[in-house]
Amino acid sequence: MGVNSLKHSDLLDTYDPEEHRLRISIFAISMAVVLLLLLVHLWYLQIIKGQEYKHLSENNRVRFLDVLPARGLILDRNGILLADNRPSYNLAVTLEDVPDPDALVANLSKILDMPAALLEERINKARNVPFKSHRIKSDIQWDELAKIETNKLILPGVSIEIEPRRNYVLKSAASHMIGYLGEITLPQLKSGRYTINKPGDQVGKSGIEKEWQVSLNGQRGQRQIEVDAAGRELKELSHQDPIPGNNLYLTIDIRLQMVAEEALRGNAGAIVAMDPRNGFILAMASSPAFDQNVFVRGLSSGEWKDLVNRPDHPLENRAIQGQYPPGSTFKIITAIAGLEKGVITPDTRLSCAGSYALGNGVYRCWRKEGHGSISLNRAIVDSCDVYFYKVGQKLGVDNIATYARDLGLGQVTGINLANEKPGLVPDREWKVRRFKESWQKGETLPVAIGQGFDLATPLQMAQVISTMANKGIIYKPTVVAQIEKVGGGGVTKIAPEVLRHIDASPRNIEAVRNGLLGVVEGGTGTRAKIPGIKVAGKTGTAQVIKIGKIRLKLQQLPYKYRDHAWFVAFAPYDSPEIAVSVLMEHAGHGGSTAGPIAKRVIEAFFALKNNSKEWEQTLQALLKNYTEDPGDLANQFHEARSHVD
Amino acid sequence: MLIDRRLINNFDWLLLMVVLIIASIGVLNLYSATFSTYGGIGQRIYVKQIYWVIMGLCCMIASLSFDYHKFQSYAYPAYFINLFFLVVVLVIGRAISGSQRWINLGFFSYQPSESMKVILIMVLAKYSCLNEVKDGYSLRDLVTPALLVLMPAVLILKEPDLGSAFILVLLSSIMFLFVRIKWKTLTLITISGIAAAPLAWHFMKDYQRNRILTFISPDNDPLGAGYHIIQSKIAVGSGQFWGKGFLKGTQSQLKFLPEQHTDFAFSVLAEEWGLMGSLVLILLFLILVLWGLNIAQRSRDQYGNMLAFGVVSYLFLEIVINVGMVTGVLPVVGIPLPLISYGGSSVISTMISLGILMNISMRRFIFHSAGSGQETS
Repeated sequence: MGVNSLKHSDLLDTYDPEEHRLRISIFAISMAVVLLLLLVHLWYLQIIKGQEYKHLSENNRVRFLDVLPARGLILDRNGILLADNRPSYNLAVTLEDVPDPDALVANLSKILDMPAALLEERINKARNVPFKSHRIKSDIQWDELAKIETNKLILPGVSIEIEPRRNYVLKSAASHMIGYLGEITLPQLKSGRYTINKPGDQVGKSGIEKEWQVSLNGQRGQRQIEVDAAGRELKELSHQDPIPGNNLYLTIDIRLQMVAEEALRGNAGAIVAMDPRNGFILAMASSPAFDQNVFVRGLSSGEWKDLVNRPDHPLENRAIQGQYPPGSTFKIITAIAGLEKGVITPDTRLSCAGSYALGNGVYRCWRKEGHGSISLNRAIVDSCDVYFYKVGQKLGVDNIATYARDLGLGQVTGINLANEKPGLVPDREWKVRRFKESWQKGETLPVAIGQGFDLATPLQMAQVISTMANKGIIYKPTVVAQIEKVGGGGVTKIAPEVLRHIDASPRNIEAVRNGLLGVVEGGTGTRAKIPGIKVAGKTGTAQVIKIGKIRLKLQQLPYKYRDHAWFVAFAPYDSPEIAVSVLMEHAGHGGSTAGPIAKRVIEAFFALKNNSKEWEQTLQALLKNYTEDPGDLANQFHEARSHVD
Repeated sequence: MLIDRRLINNFDWLLLMVVLIIASIGVLNLYSATFSTYGGIGQRIYVKQIYWVIMGLCCMIASLSFDYHKFQSYAYPAYFINLFFLVVVLVIGRAISGSQRWINLGFFSYQPSESMKVILIMVLAKYSCLNEVKDGYSLRDLVTPALLVLMPAVLILKEPDLGSAFILVLLSSIMFLFVRIKWKTLTLITISGIAAAPLAWHFMKDYQRNRILTFISPDNDPLGAGYHIIQSKIAVGSGQFWGKGFLKGTQSQLKFLPEQHTDFAFSVLAEEWGLMGSLVLILLFLILVLWGLNIAQRSRDQYGNMLAFGVVSYLFLEIVINVGMVTGVLPVVGIPLPLISYGGSSVISTMISLGILMNISMRRFIFHSAGSGQETS
């Protein structure tokens, strides 16, 4: 120890053991207090705030992911698939796994044929969530998918996500009736009708898709997963399967629907075919139509504007939203009202001299030379205007209105389709309310023949003619025949719903029916005659504007001033199975343009019923308008068997 | 060298026991911190830590095997060599997480700032012996030791390693306080220290300023700098009383915790073992600190006394700063928790300082007899 120990001895001179002990104690106590304070702080964090932090740690690690249910299928009455769900392939990028974003943009831009700037913009949006896959393009095409799969090696960080998407198998078939899907809007979310939906969901925007949204949607399932700090999924903690939506079997026969659509092609108009025995809609066509798949793909705002602003309004379902003056088809109602009010009997003869003068006005019959003295039957068969002017004059507008409403006009039919229009039945009270003017005598006359203020939808007129066919029963028009719960949940059949029996005696109804038969057998509607089937019907030509005294030929008028053509019909006369209403916008005379179309639909109906061989070929030809692969559907058509009756 | 029988008899088994228990807890905790059910960073970290502990124990034995008074002769040379390494690290040090703190020696990355802490203790202990004053240091007395502290501190600050520089300054301040400083001097230093704070702020790097701002209010930036503090507090707090169980800490296993095998290792322990686990570890540290002060007190020479006190202060500061930092009461400055955080430099310098403590502990009687012998002569 030598030198060192000597030094120590020097230092010890100043050493005071008591003072030293005190100093050590002060530091010992101070250090112990600081460590105990740390313990107090730990106690505060782990005990006092422990529950709160426990909750926060659970929030950190547990994520709830929704599993979307498969939307219910839509099928026709024979089980032919109209709307299903196809896998859609979405391209996503996980930035964390991309070594060189610029190279990725260049490669993707080539494969997807997308401008690099747009791609870059979308990829940049992923910067906030580098560990999560971020969607760059939705619903890529098959050839794009193939190219991406084969080039996977040069596309690190790119993944394909699969998502179900609505697919309308027969593009544009029954498009208005079936409707389409779109992303749920904020007002819809707030409305309280969409309790099972969340932002970003695809929901029905029109037609059956909208009206049956809740039934078709199904219940979403949920996955509870554990994630790490980077948000990567590690394992599934729990799983609740989604409940798929219900499958809907419609009342329509898609084959008849296609015939109806084909008959309208090139014209604006609508056809409604209905079973008069139960109110089931057999076909409901509106022209022009649109391809619903375009909406699934997603429309740009420009495309949407084009669709909405087109003058021929392809999105409008004319069958329930188009309101037209019913023209002479309204004479059915005036006749029933006249008979029931005792203004006429079936045998009452009134004379027509080609026009009828009332006050200062002269009201013309379509036949300048007049019909002479005719009975009700003849007046219906020849659609004499003057006869019905006189009946209407005797009834007064309020009586006409009562029977028009009884037969279903001026109110929605209650069909389960969105945005149905009520039409219009004018009466005195309405006139005062609407124009603050009292009803003028002369205004009753046009109303009696379905001109003037009268407005009806093709569906309402189908209901009127159906009521004539079934001798007085108003059914609620129905589009869904049965609801099938997926997974053995059973089938609910929709029962026909009788709304009411009209206030008319069988004798009077028979008198009008008789007239309707005469219309086709030898009157204004002979163009609808079908050999072997007794067809009854009524023509109608609805004036769009008053042209004055001289009626111009159709071709001489500008399109928008041309008359609308109506034809309503049912068959067979003795035990009706189908009632049809045809409306063609600006097509001129009802008997000559709408009549043959009604005939075509009725013919098709019976041919399909009898499995006619020649019709099969016609249908196959039609299929080419709806699908690129008609073969498989043709087979389905061949084997079509009704699920409804 | 000859081994005195009395040395074996006086060996501080209690201290060794406490150290071994803490080191075992540390290894076990590191096993969990890097366990990762789902793959990820190396699972061999805890094995490496075992190697470091074994190597540290060797260093500990080496540092207790000769009389601690011999350190006096080597203190200044070691200090200047270490200072040289601090310069080297600034020049060629390998860049790790934005700061240059390491010299790569192949088998391990040597961190001169860690060894400097131990060497500074020796230097200051020696200085206090050579310059004994009766009624405390005056400002003039403090000039030399202040330079001894500030030279390495500034170099370390340049790395930049704010936490280690801070520890050096704090450590030496506590040692000076222990030796005693004149009241007048103390007041003067305190006031000028407060006045210099804005100047220090001015020279800080942005991330260092951020850490201090974030410490003051972590919720201002919950996804950025505040994230570490918030996640660590969630980990610690969610452990509650009994903890979530070994390997079952969600914050740690799912990597919500930052730096969970180094600076935030304590959070893993607190999450998985709860308040009970934290309590046991802190109490073990408390035993270590109090036993160390006891050693200081029983060592009847100024040098051993100062050396022991310096070592205890060093351990104490690291414990308080690390636990305070992961529980959100102190800013995040990157100080490891002795024997709990992973890291070769930290384990070895901790073990060497504990070895010094044992050295003092086992030689107090030898010195006592020698000292009293000289007193009587």
